[in-house]
Amino acid sequence: MIAAKRVLPSIAVIALIIGVWWAVVVATASVVFPTPWQVVTGTVELVRDGTLFEHIGASLFRVGVGFGLAVIVGVPLGLWMGWVRGAYVTLNPLFQMLRPISPIAWIPIAILWFGVGNVSPIFLIFLSSVFPMVVQTTAGVHTIEKRYLRAAANFGVSRATLFRQVVIPAVLPQIIVGMRIGLGVAWLVVVAAEMIALRSGLGYLIIDSRNAGNRYDLVIAGMIIIGLIGLLLDGLMRLLEGLKVVRWRYAH
Amino acid sequence: MPTKDMSSKIRVDGVGKSFATEEGKLHVLDSISLEVGDGEIVAIVGPSGCGKSTLMNIIAGFDRPDRGSVSVDGVVQCKPSSRGILISQAGSVFPWLTVQQNLMFGLNGSEHAEKKQLADHYAEMVGLKGFEARYPHELSGGMLKRAELARALVVKPEILYMDEPFSALDALLHLRMRNELLRILEQERHTVLLITHDVEEAIHVANRIIVLSIRPTTIQATFDVPFAHPRKLSSAPVQELRTAILRELGVDSYST
Repeated sequence: MIAAKRVLPSIAVIALIIGVWWAVVVATASVVFPTPWQVVTGTVELVRDGTLFEHIGASLFRVGVGFGLAVIVGVPLGLWMGWVRGAYVTLNPLFQMLRPISPIAWIPIAILWFGVGNVSPIFLIFLSSVFPMVVQTTAGVHTIEKRYLRAAANFGVSRATLFRQVVIPAVLPQIIVGMRIGLGVAWLVVVAAEMIALRSGLGYLIIDSRNAGNRYDLVIAGMIIIGLIGLLLDGLMRLLEGLKVVRWRYAH
Repeated sequence: MPTKDMSSKIRVDGVGKSFATEEGKLHVLDSISLEVGDGEIVAIVGPSGCGKSTLMNIIAGFDRPDRGSVSVDGVVQCKPSSRGILISQAGSVFPWLTVQQNLMFGLNGSEHAEKKQLADHYAEMVGLKGFEARYPHELSGGMLKRAELARALVVKPEILYMDEPFSALDALLHLRMRNELLRILEQERHTVLLITHDVEEAIHVANRIIVLSIRPTTIQATFDVPFAHPRKLSSAPVQELRTAILRELGVDSYST
């Protein structure tokens, strides 16, 4: 009952938007803009001929590789910058300057360097998610409470133990925050990257549906699917917050 | 207590410390000298802001004095080591490790099974049997202190540096933890340096009490506590000692 009460308002809003959308399309007798029902039939068409899953697979593949590389590079780099003062002082200004540049601005350079295959979007996704990873991890190291580092020093543990049992677990919640932000941005960027001269992916689906005969039903279908998958990916990252080793951070 | 007969474990020699502030140099400690005998329990009491914690950090090796020196067993103390474990008010049990993992943390080099056995032994000693797999956020404040105490004891430190260890606990728990500490110190011999603002706690636990004055921070008085354990805190001699110590701290209301 309570759960139903909580989701009821948002369902009502979505229903209202669909209702208004439908009414406006019918009232204006638009031939280009689809009704909600046309979007549904368009989606069914994409599922039937199998192209939808190809596009989803292609986008997820690029995000998976680019984001994976960002984690592999960003976490150690962030730990290093957080721990070694000199590394931070040297690299932080550079990263702060690169960070506000939208990955979209890198598209021409990506195409110049890597052509129009899979490498370009993977590179763009890597760029978009590596900065949040580095920034969050570095901040995580900087905010480790002194008392824990002092305790580690008191017990005279080895450097390996210090990192494995104190630094990394202390920073892990921040790393997960970085991953959430990074994956969110990666999903935004992959769609934009795929609009540029690629033959697959959800971004391609959208731009191709428009170019090939103004299929706006498929454009909107693609948009909704992007939204749903984005929600799903964020949900997956949220699952990480429930891990036993980080629950201390969220327990209070 | 025959402190003179005990060999000196900790020797603090003319320690001074100042910090740079916006208004200039702030002298926190002014030539502090004291000795703690092997196996002795010494309490340092003083008003808040008198630099007790600064002194403790220097003695435990976390901070360097500007003047003077600290030596343990005749060797100058220049960095912390597991021979002397610091337990502070804020606590430092790692929240991302279970009680057992916390207890095993400081045990270097030994076999895993051996570490586990030691950890379990000390968990039981402080009354945490059955809670080894719990995470700190699943424990109460008192249990957390027990875990911290056990983690210190498991490495068999010669010295326990206790900086307001139980001050964050409510009065009843505070008393219970003091009894717990005394019980453990009967079983295992440790030299204890206890810093507290609580005169009753000092009298309850210590063999000797050092009273610090504020600005400049120097040793104002030293009291022996010649009562056998368990101490009856309401007895007349204890109350007399308490009054004398409070008078040194500038509190006279108990003298009437």
